[in-house]
Amino acid sequence: MKKILFIEDEMALQKSLGGLLSEKGYQVISAFDGESGLNLAKKENPDLILLDLILPKMSGFDVLEKLKEDPKTKEIPVIVLTNLEGIGDVEKAIALGAKSYLVKAEYSLEEVVEKIKKALE
Amino acid sequence: MSKLNIFSECKKYRIPLWQCPQFIFLILGLVIIFSIVFTYFVGARYIQDPGVLAIFICLLTAVLFILAFSIVNSFENLLSVSRLKSEFIEIISHSLRTPLTNLNWTIDFFLAKNLGKIEKEQIEQLQFLKENSKRMEELISKMIIVSRLEGAFSQSNEEVSLEEILNETIQKMKDQIEKSKLNLELKIQKNLPKIFVNPFYFKIVLESLLDNAIRYNKENGKIEIELEKRGKNIYFEIRDSGVGIPKKDQKYIFQKFFRSENIAKFQTPGTGLSLFITKRIIENFGGKIGFESVENKGSKFWFLIPIKK
Repeated sequence: MKKILFIEDEMALQKSLGGLLSEKGYQVISAFDGESGLNLAKKENPDLILLDLILPKMSGFDVLEKLKEDPKTKEIPVIVLTNLEGIGDVEKAIALGAKSYLVKAEYSLEEVVEKIKKALE
Repeated sequence: MSKLNIFSECKKYRIPLWQCPQFIFLILGLVIIFSIVFTYFVGARYIQDPGVLAIFICLLTAVLFILAFSIVNSFENLLSVSRLKSEFIEIISHSLRTPLTNLNWTIDFFLAKNLGKIEKEQIEQLQFLKENSKRMEELISKMIIVSRLEGAFSQSNEEVSLEEILNETIQKMKDQIEKSKLNLELKIQKNLPKIFVNPFYFKIVLESLLDNAIRYNKENGKIEIELEKRGKNIYFEIRDSGVGIPKKDQKYIFQKFFRSENIAKFQTPGTGLSLFITKRIIENFGGKIGFESVENKGSKFWFLIPIKK
């Protein structure tokens, strides 16, 4: 069973996306802030990380930077899942090592699940 | 000290150097120096007293300097306001999008029947909610695009194939075309050269024009698309057999938030921003856009975009 770490502070998204991913047979680990997300990434060694950018305690950009600095976590693919869509934000996330960048509002729940499925193949 | 670095200051506004207030100030400074020297030589001919000449030149310098300063200052203020407005819209849009995504994905989760069986009538109501939240999302996305087009923004251009973008757009809207039972005809010239534009904005152009041709068409109607090279430009044309635009409304259709009266009858949701955005994008890339339309018969929209970098 593939393990996904979902770092997102919005409960509704944890329930909907996290819930649907569980239904599809993935093991979903939830983190509601940047700091605990980073700790869980080190502890759980997930197959994929879904990362929001605006998070309490530590921003998504900082989490991404720290994940890529640590030899233990740097190989884990990270999909940035956010509603920030400034050109600068996308470039920054990709430069920091994100595998892809998805603007949440542009996709339906099913479409996001499809993208995650493909990233895990 | 950072204010003295013209290049970094101008980069902040994301506009060409020659439009930048600091650069204009420098040029005006040179103009002032030139005017003073010129006035000195001309004045020396007609004014005999060196004291009077010196006062005259000092006064002229002060007037020119104040004038230049106030011009540059007001220009700088305008740019700052425009930048702040764009930043404000981006922040507001992000704040609006977050609860909207929560709403959307929760509805999706319901509709996927992950929270138990739901009745037909409940599905209809949920779909109604979904449609409306989609409309809101469409409006927010367009607001962001308008704010970027109106503000000073950097375009990261690259060589793109208009044909490829067109095919991607058609693929994306295939369901919509089939659902409306429309017949789509394509006439694309072979080996078309690439154009140097920002692909993100060009997708918006083609999506808007195709979306209008679908949305305002009649059942079993027709859409014809042509793409060809015309001199130093690429020519794109889209024709539909839809409701058309009444003659009295035609002069307003590229205006922000304008929606033609006859469209309201069809109750198709829209933002009234698509054509405004489309025109802005085409013009930003040095192109031209136009249309012809006959009410109840259909519309033809075309644009020309230069091939050269």
